[in-house]
Amino acid sequence: MENWSLFSLCVLLGLTSRWAVSFHSYSGAGKPPMFGDYEAQRHWQEVTYNLPVHEWYFNTTNNDLNYWGLDYPPLTAYHSLVCAYVAKLLNPEWVELHASRGYESHSHKLFMRATVLFTDILIYIPAVLLYCFYFCDGFSKQKVATALCILLYPGLILIDYGHFQYNSVSLGLALWGILGLGLGWDLFGSLAFTLALNYKQMELYHSLPFFCYLLGKCIKQGLIGRGFFQLAKISLTVLVTFALCWMPFLSDPKQPLQVLHRLFPFGRGLFEDKVANTWCSLNVLIKIKTLLSRETQLFLSFALTLLFILPSSLKLLSKPNLWQFKLALVNSSLAFFLFSFQVHEKSILLAFWFSLVAMAALSFTSVWLEPPAKFPDLFPVLVSILSFLHFLGFIIYFNLVQLMEPQRKKSQKKTN
Amino acid sequence: TVMAAPMTNDQSWFYALALGVSFLKCLLINAYHSTDFEVHRNWLALTHSLPVSQWYYEATSEWTLDYPPLFAWFEYGLSHIACFFDKEMLVVPNLNYASPATVLFQRLSVIVADVVFFYAVKECCKCLREDKGKDLLGKPSFILTGLLLWNFGLLIVDHIHFQYNGFLFGVLLLSIARHCQNRHFEGAFLFSVLLNLKHIYLYIAPAYGIYLLRCFCFTQSNAVLVTLGTIVLSTFAVSFGPFIGQLPQVLSRLFPFKRGLCHAYWAPNIWALYNIADKAFSILGVKFRLLDINKLPKASMTGGLVQEFQHSVLPSVSPLATLVCTLLSILPALFKIWHRPNGARGFLRCLVICALGSFMFGWHVHEKAILMAILPLSLLAVDSRKDAGIFLMLSVTGHYSLFPLLFTTQELPIKIFLMLLFTIFSLASLKTLFRKGGALLNPLEVTYLLGLIPLELICEFVYPLTVWQKTFPFLPLMLTSVYCALGVTYAFIRLYNSLLTCSDTTKKTKMQ
Repeated sequence: MENWSLFSLCVLLGLTSRWAVSFHSYSGAGKPPMFGDYEAQRHWQEVTYNLPVHEWYFNTTNNDLNYWGLDYPPLTAYHSLVCAYVAKLLNPEWVELHASRGYESHSHKLFMRATVLFTDILIYIPAVLLYCFYFCDGFSKQKVATALCILLYPGLILIDYGHFQYNSVSLGLALWGILGLGLGWDLFGSLAFTLALNYKQMELYHSLPFFCYLLGKCIKQGLIGRGFFQLAKISLTVLVTFALCWMPFLSDPKQPLQVLHRLFPFGRGLFEDKVANTWCSLNVLIKIKTLLSRETQLFLSFALTLLFILPSSLKLLSKPNLWQFKLALVNSSLAFFLFSFQVHEKSILLAFWFSLVAMAALSFTSVWLEPPAKFPDLFPVLVSILSFLHFLGFIIYFNLVQLMEPQRKKSQKKTN
Repeated sequence: TVMAAPMTNDQSWFYALALGVSFLKCLLINAYHSTDFEVHRNWLALTHSLPVSQWYYEATSEWTLDYPPLFAWFEYGLSHIACFFDKEMLVVPNLNYASPATVLFQRLSVIVADVVFFYAVKECCKCLREDKGKDLLGKPSFILTGLLLWNFGLLIVDHIHFQYNGFLFGVLLLSIARHCQNRHFEGAFLFSVLLNLKHIYLYIAPAYGIYLLRCFCFTQSNAVLVTLGTIVLSTFAVSFGPFIGQLPQVLSRLFPFKRGLCHAYWAPNIWALYNIADKAFSILGVKFRLLDINKLPKASMTGGLVQEFQHSVLPSVSPLATLVCTLLSILPALFKIWHRPNGARGFLRCLVICALGSFMFGWHVHEKAILMAILPLSLLAVDSRKDAGIFLMLSVTGHYSLFPLLFTTQELPIKIFLMLLFTIFSLASLKTLFRKGGALLNPLEVTYLLGLIPLELICEFVYPLTVWQKTFPFLPLMLTSVYCALGVTYAFIRLYNSLLTCSDTTKKTKMQ
């Protein structure tokens, strides 16, 4: 079968599964007073549409930050604003200030799901197709297989179309960034990644590899001469993009500080809920959350993240090619996930998927059996610990791969 | 007897396709379901709660039991499993009861019953001639599996609209496969079972009857005729036995001729074209003063569930007339098969023609019945170029005509994505299979099929925004039905053409 028909079948399968998942419930459905992430996104549309820019990140009478205050960078806010304009056209009740809290209806759900699908088709799916087409090694069948695997990745589908989020935007923009770097369009790649960073601060997980790759490339071209000019151009692109995104917030020095305060809530503690990273798993044995002071926790997580990310970044700096870049992305995001502060379980979208058998068995038992009364959280904790062990294994393995660099490797790995 | 070369050992692709489509069906559990859902819930309730003597008399709900007894027994069996999900669904007065457990159970029952369909498809693949050394995507068995397991019509009718067609078509395809494998007694038995599960398969009974009589009863000994007769009669006896006392009541439920010529949404058959012609003539006649508007009987065709039809200009059509037309339309095919049977392939072609003929001329035909022609045609499509071309025309048109069944906004993306998925798959795979020998579809056919895109845009997106939506709400349905009727009629003519012109059995027999 021809390539175009195979690719379109993959895309259609991906789209069908996405929309079919969206039939089901979303996070916080029918659960007042707080509801869930779906209500958070709706609330942001309400806030950005009705309030002036300088009030978006502040606690005012009209904007209660305790009720799903904005905690993503400005690009998310602009996206919500655009969606709010569309919502206002369709049904003003959806974004009425205060009155629309907890609004739930079938047509509203359709609208929200449609916004996710729209951005997915616009940003994420073309990036995946271009990536598989240009950057996969192997025969066309292998490229199609890669595209199918990426497009059917359940984690992204379930979180974006089930739970409700817009991860496909930030991941898609990051993927455009990778594409740009791969095609040699460094400026375009930097621009795309900066936009991704300004959409979700989680993309910081990928920032070090981008930085090291570009820096290494410039150094290779000679710091006096071409390399320097390239570095200057890239830095300028990044700075201008940041400035454009943050422009409404630059008028008053208090503004960017408050935004940063919302983006990086160090007050929330080392971790919340059950996350498959080191701190949560360690907490089962040693109660570090209560034992150590918050400053020590911050320092520890910073130090360990840096420790685990250093080898990979240094290697990339010394040898800036695409294969190293892809590996570094994996290692960096795994390191951040495992060791950093305030990680959410959804951040794992940035790293890999794990062995099915153990997971399936654990899921099965957690559905059908009742946990013992003494340990009501037994099953979620077990899931987190099992996942953590997998991720630890992955980071060790991929660091080894990147540092040892065996000959003639063909990679089909997902990098987002 | 040509038995196909044995299948290659690596069968994992079949299970991948089967599992994949099953997972998709699970995702569709929460989708819109039509009144057919309540129909089946009602049947679960009445077979569970009432004694056998009451099954065909029960009329608390408007959805009375109108399938033959074996299906009622099937529902009875299901009802025993339903107890574990939600006992309330088995209470007859609980009309329109649709708790989450009920929906889950009913949807799962359709998904599980599809196992019969999977098995039948596997058996049909054994009847194909395999070309060794072809890569997977070009193998006829792979293409056939994709065309059947992922059939768009079956997916949306069974797993969204809600019916048990997968299970029933599984029995039909298994019966066909058995005939291809020369296990005729099993084939005949399976078909009798099928008739007792859903009597709509009477549409294709003539093909079975003529084929079996012709090939076996006169060429071989009388013992064969007797055995066949015994099999068929005993199946009917087992099925109708408990109801022998209430036979007239059962028959009146099974064949309710009080309904109108056309369903509320016209199936894309001859009568749709007939209705449109009648309307056109009456309008033109009045315009050109050939007819007096006051003397014309009021033609009411649109609106409501079931309507008595009165045509204005052309003569009104009665059930007897449709029966005569149907018989006339399939008689040449039956005669051809009697005269010169072409083995299993000829039988299959005759079967498709019978199904399509009954669809075209039948009384109160439901548009879902087009599947009875499309699914068996898939078997022919992977074998010959001409049939592949006819299949593409019929399947795309027929599947598009099912669009009005899903009219909710939430299901709109799903039906478009799935339709595109199936159409692209069938086009691309059949094109690859018959690479040599030019295009499968001529430019006129391609134009017609492409015309479905603007038709969909107009009917689904543009028309609802215009003023006419309130005054003529059925216009898009009428347009769809008439446009598709053209395609279906064309496919019917081409099928007949291929049956009447294909004369020899020696060249290229792939199925014997």
